[in-house]
This record gives sequence, structure tokens and C-alpha cells, in this order.
Amino acid sequence: MINEIALNDWYPVAMASELKPGCRLNRVLMEREIQISNDGDKTHAFEGSRVLPLQIRYDHVWTSLGAPARPLFEIPEGEQDGRRLVACGRVHVRCSPLRAVENFLDIAHFPYVHTGILGAEDHPEVERYDVEIDDEKDEVWARQVKFFQPQAAKSAEGGIMADYMYRVPAPTTSILYKTCPARVGEWDIITLFVQPVSETTCDVWPWMALYDDETPFNDLVQFQQTIFMQDRSILENQIPALLPLDPKMETPTRADLTSIAYRRWLKRRRMFYGAQTIAA
Amino acid sequence: MKLYDYVLSGNCYKIRLFAALLGIPYETVAVDLYPGKEQTRPAFLRLNPAGTLPVLQDGDLTLTDSSAILTYLARRHDPTGQWCPQDPELLAQLVGWLSFADDLTRTSGAARLHAIFKKPIDSVAAQKGAHALLRRLELHLCDQEFDDSSFLLGKAPTIADIACFPYVALAPDGGVELDGYAAVQRWIYAIRKLDGFLPMPGIHPLHEHPDKPLPEGLNARLEA
Repeated sequence: MINEIALNDWYPVAMASELKPGCRLNRVLMEREIQISNDGDKTHAFEGSRVLPLQIRYDHVWTSLGAPARPLFEIPEGEQDGRRLVACGRVHVRCSPLRAVENFLDIAHFPYVHTGILGAEDHPEVERYDVEIDDEKDEVWARQVKFFQPQAAKSAEGGIMADYMYRVPAPTTSILYKTCPARVGEWDIITLFVQPVSETTCDVWPWMALYDDETPFNDLVQFQQTIFMQDRSILENQIPALLPLDPKMETPTRADLTSIAYRRWLKRRRMFYGAQTIAA
Repeated sequence: MKLYDYVLSGNCYKIRLFAALLGIPYETVAVDLYPGKEQTRPAFLRLNPAGTLPVLQDGDLTLTDSSAILTYLARRHDPTGQWCPQDPELLAQLVGWLSFADDLTRTSGAARLHAIFKKPIDSVAAQKGAHALLRRLELHLCDQEFDDSSFLLGKAPTIADIACFPYVALAPDGGVELDGYAAVQRWIYAIRKLDGFLPMPGIHPLHEHPDKPLPEGLNARLEA
């Protein structure tokens, strides 16, 4: 169900680097066919002959099928000098766009899905952490997240207790702030920008803004692709395909606090595209 | 020894997996196949005019085909001859399976590239082709089981198993489900159980630690 809320948000549809003069990119956004073109000077987005709003930020092209009710979220840290900006391309996944975001917020799966990289099977504990729905910003935040990681980033050597913050600034975007191995006191930024193709399929555009001058660019991209492709096979097998918003549908545990807050927030925002609102 | 590698490529994974099983040290050079299409650029085409991965460099030798690389590594590093047997009958069968592995790349591998990166191909035809191959593999592995053999050529794994493994195990990535292929699934399990097995994204490691005790208190909680 595409309601006004889903229609009026901003979504990523291309990498800025794809915008070669004369290009014409065909994309599907919420079951509708749209085109992105570049005339050598400017970039335009269309649905048929209708011109869509467009902006280029965080190395990606953003558009909306409706009239965006609010500006695109800010990631101030992502625009700091000295960071490597890494756009990783898109990965198509047969899952609800909301499930892709929710999975990104989950820590408990690290030891089992990202074994030896983001988690270790003998360190499965999720310590207590703080979650809040920030009413003023209208965002979900999880703070004070700590987790043991054998190889937290491409630039990390050996296991560390990694500190995390999670932020959901829009229903189909998740931002991870993570201990930066190369620069103490700073956070590395890892984001998942999700383009809803339908309620049960999406294109995921991972993007990173890191302090890391050492690691070759290709290794950074492939580290992120490795992590996401480990998730993809799990995401495609989640049942039901739509994200259930009825609390009676699944039994959460303490480790799922962020997921519960995310679902509650989606419900409050009435963002139902990709969600199951009635218990099947 | 240097491997030009793309982490999501099943053909590159054949080499990484085999090198891990044999304990062969090597360094990797990450090639940005996606999104960078680095394999189409002049610098890479000088290395491999075919524009494909993997590429292996060992001294002056450059090899550009995964089956050729597996054959080379087996002959060079496996003195037992287990992985690439000399026996005429077995060797002929092995070459047949290496060709079968290329058919898997063209079908299951292509369906996967379509599903993940939207590579413009006839995905339905690729999936159908993959199922036709999987049915043949299933029958063969059933026959092998009657002979108490877990692998394609017998009781021990060979490079035929390594060559065929990735695009069978990764088939679900491309929408080719393995539910109907019980013997194929047991074969996948047998390979994942090998000492030194290396996973790749989409092929998960086994999660059994029989030697490791359960976390303290868990037994008591389970019994309570």
C-alpha cells in the first residue's frame, strides 16, 4: 500500500558516479518506472513526462514520487574533511525494504552470520544498551551499544570491543556510527540507503564515510559487500516477507530493543509500505 | 603467488577455497568488478585480455581460467595426487566435471548476477538451465552414495568438487532453490565439513563446536 507518507519521502536511485553525460538510467521505485538522465550539465528525474524532485547528496541521487514533506536528513559527520567516501553500488534483495533496515539494526546475528568478522560464536552476548525515539528529530537512536568483534573494520587488527550507535533518520535509511580504529574519538559512518522497488523487493546502496587512509579503495568496497552479501541470503528467507508491525506476531527479546523501537516508530509515522499491519 | 580476486565471484572463490584446503599461501589483489567494472579497463586487459577473473600469477606464469588454476595448484602443491588423480579413467571424468562447472557458471552463476546486480540476461532460461544441471548432479551423487562415496569421483574430494561447489551452493542467491536436491545438499555439507574449509558470502560455515562447552549456566537454565 503506497500511502502519502511513503510517497512523499526521499529515496536513493543511483550513485552520483553513474551520471555520465547523455546517460539514461531506468529504475523502479515503489513499483513505478522512473528515469534518471544527465544532459551533461544537469541531472533530471522523470516518471513518464512528469518531472520529479531531485538532489545529489552523500554520493547518491535522491528523488521522490510525491512532494517531499521534509528535507533529506543530515549526516554532518559524513561531510567532514579527511574522510574516505565509499559508495559500494547496489545489491538487489528479495525482501521488504523495511526488513533490510531492521536487519542492519540487529546486533545479535553478528556471531552467526558474520562469523569471524563482526562477531564470534563464543562471544554472543548483547550487553544492555539505550534506545529512544527522539520525538523532536523524529528519529530512532540506539546508544551505548558494545559488542566484541574479531575484525570490526578493514583497518582493524585483532578483536576489539567495538562501540556503536545506530540512527534511523528515515524509514528506509539506517546509519551506523562505529568505533574508528584509525582515529580515536571519531566515529566511522556506515549507512544503508534502501530504495524500495516493491513491498517485498529492494535495492540496497551501502555507503561509508571513514577515516582510513591506508586500506585500498577496492578492499573497502569488498569488505562492505562481503558483510552485506552474508546478510542477503538470510534476508531472502525471512518469513513473513512483510515486516510485521503487530506486536503479537513475533516474540522479541531484550537484544531486539532497537527493532521494537523501529517498528513502533514506523507505526507511529504510518509508514506501512513493506509492512504487515494486520496479523495474518 | 598473487590472486586477482573479487570477493563475490564464485570462480575466484574456487581458488581461495582450494588454497585454504591445501594451506597454500598467496596474496590477493582486490579487483573492483562491481561497481567499478575494473576488468574492462586497459590496465586489467593487459593482464588478461579476456577481461575475466580470477587471474593467478606465480612467478612468470599467468593463468586466467579457474579450472586451469585449480589443475595447476593441485599438480604443484598436492604430492599425494588425491586432488587431481592421474588414473586415465578418473582424470577423464574429472575433466568432464570441470566442463560441467563452466556450465554451472553460465546458468546458476548468470542467474545470480542477474538477481544481485541486475545483469541483463534471460534469467528464467538461466534458472531452468541450472535446474537441469542440478538434476544430473543429484542423480550422480545418489549413485555415489550407493557406493559409499561422498564426492564426485569417489571417497575423497578432488578439484572436480571444488570447481562445481560454488555455483551449486550459491544457486539460491540466484533464485534457484536447492530444496528438491537431497543428495546435493549432503554433498554441500560434506565439502563444508572438510578441514580448512573457507566460507564465502552466501555460503555459511558450519556452526558446530562439539569441543566447546556451552556457556556457563546455560545447561542449568535449560534443565530448569
